[in-house]
Amino acid sequence: MKVVLEHLTKRFPSRNKKSNEEVIAANDLTFEIPDGKLIGLLGPSGCGKSTTLNMISGLLKPTEGKIFFGEDDVTDLPAEHRGVGLVFQSYALYPHLTVRQNITFPLENLKGDKKLTKEQMAEKALEAAKLVQIDQLMDRKPSELSGGQQQRVAIARALVKMPKVLLLDEPLSNLDARLRLQTREELRRIQRETGITTIFVTHDQEEAMSISDSIVVMKDGLVHQIGKPQEVYDNPVNLFVAKFLGTPPINVFQGSVRGKDIYIGEEKVLETNSLQLSNDSDVVVAVRPEGFLLDENGPLTLNLDRVEVMGRDISVVSTHPDCENASIRSIIDSDNEVNTDSKTVRFSLKPKKMHIFNKETGERIPFTVK
Amino acid sequence: MDNNNRKAWLYLLPAFLFLGVFMIYPLVDVFIYSFEEGYNFASQSYFGTGGYNYSYVLHDTYFLQALKNTFILVIITVPLSTGLALLISLGLSSIKPLRDLYQTVFFLPYVTNTLAVGMVFMVLFKKTAYSDGLVNLLITKLGGTSVDFINGPYWAKMMVMCIYTVWIVMPFKILILTSALASVNPLYYNAAKVDGTSKFRIFYKITLPMISPMIFYLVITGFIGAFKAYADEVAIFGTDLNAAKMNTIVGYVYDMLYGDSGGYPSFGAAAAIILFAIVLTITVINLLVSRKHVTYA
Repeated sequence: MKVVLEHLTKRFPSRNKKSNEEVIAANDLTFEIPDGKLIGLLGPSGCGKSTTLNMISGLLKPTEGKIFFGEDDVTDLPAEHRGVGLVFQSYALYPHLTVRQNITFPLENLKGDKKLTKEQMAEKALEAAKLVQIDQLMDRKPSELSGGQQQRVAIARALVKMPKVLLLDEPLSNLDARLRLQTREELRRIQRETGITTIFVTHDQEEAMSISDSIVVMKDGLVHQIGKPQEVYDNPVNLFVAKFLGTPPINVFQGSVRGKDIYIGEEKVLETNSLQLSNDSDVVVAVRPEGFLLDENGPLTLNLDRVEVMGRDISVVSTHPDCENASIRSIIDSDNEVNTDSKTVRFSLKPKKMHIFNKETGERIPFTVK
Repeated sequence: MDNNNRKAWLYLLPAFLFLGVFMIYPLVDVFIYSFEEGYNFASQSYFGTGGYNYSYVLHDTYFLQALKNTFILVIITVPLSTGLALLISLGLSSIKPLRDLYQTVFFLPYVTNTLAVGMVFMVLFKKTAYSDGLVNLLITKLGGTSVDFINGPYWAKMMVMCIYTVWIVMPFKILILTSALASVNPLYYNAAKVDGTSKFRIFYKITLPMISPMIFYLVITGFIGAFKAYADEVAIFGTDLNAAKMNTIVGYVYDMLYGDSGGYPSFGAAAAIILFAIVLTITVINLLVSRKHVTYA
């Protein structure tokens, strides 16, 4: 089932009595989540992504705007009747119930013609448990499970009633790094197998990029960009999105545009074919770590700090007076050999891996190269 | 014994001393008294040993009346006060405005002197030369006939006693239950809501199990407290409880020691041991039942 948000806004009254400033957690959100897709709501903490999720689940009432599931307006429908599955960040498994009872719980709530017999419930619960591979642990209490197992139980509980929409609130943040990698692939597999429209919230861009069909990048209650992970990564609309996506982060320089050429300091790093900028001005130049090419005669000279060999590729750590980042990371192929005795290292830049942004607004300025 | 162990015992010594002198020694002593026939405080002498004290007490109509009264009081007031306290706490935790005010009001009986409360109940229920009491005023207004609650029929007196007991024990229970309810993580309620759970089921399946340790605590202490009832009876019916047929087991023990029929410590001791056995049995039953129904997360 597709989910449509129309001008969705949530304002919280001010906590501070002196100032009447309201907190706008979600500001005029309008976007559509297509049926059967996995969508990542991504943003730094406090950006309103959890608020948005809670409004979709029905636990929070929006101040303005509408929410549609398919063609149905569910804005005023309480959480009990929305039929969504929700996995909480801390899982919220009922501690006094066993895994089996936890998973069966939503089924026991079904009424009327949806009511199931005991056998049907047991069957469905086992099915859901098998899907997340915890069918061996059915008679344990949540306190007897590891974090990863609890997480699976929470997913099974959310899935067992075959919800129209599955919502996950930072589902992986309580897991250790290895388990996180494993579980996110599981999530992807489960979502593919069930075909349930899934929205998950995360502040971890790598997590969002790796498994989402589409990501929604949010900041301060506003949606900055929506698109396929690779598209958003390759064509960020503004500096925030560019900085937020990618590890290691994008390298940001204070640069300028003169004519049709892009400069960092006094070095002309790129000649463009067309540039949507009428006159010469200072801009922000951002280069992805993989946008550097080791080149003895390259236009950009950086002060070499150290070289980290990572097997598959080499990470060159350097500095530049005009760079915002404390250190610049350039990731190059391990075939390259960097002269570590030299104090400087020279690069040429891949035009596709660099962006320029308006210094004031942070908007991206498109350009083309020959 | 290593040094550390010795230190630990040393630290425990004061507690052991006090427990030994004021709990264990008297308990053993009472147990011995209860088998010594016709013990006399003044001469410190007795006729013989055996089970006669128990036999006497168990055939004493005053004791049987006290036993009956105590059991009625326990069976009615413990479930009633716990249930009512739970309802009031649920109400309190679901309202926001004036919650503090109501909480204070409900807690007032706890800090009010027993005898002062007894006075209030007198005003409510006692017949005097000037009035029949507020409750009777209400009954006659509604077309009923007035009842003498303090010196009248047994059921009327027992009713006043039960109302009094429930009212006096509820504040503490409300206090415990409101804090127990507040300590349930609201996340569970949200999870249940999203899963389409009805309000009643949320209460029955989630709230109740989560506060079950506290309810269990209240039931056990409630049983023990109700079995030990005495002062409240005196506050309403005066010191001659046997004449009013409103005596309790503890009242009977007191009477045997110091009352008008006083001077029979052996009988008192036997009655006290019987009470002890009853409370122990009930508590063990409680513990067994709780094992199935109380969940400690």
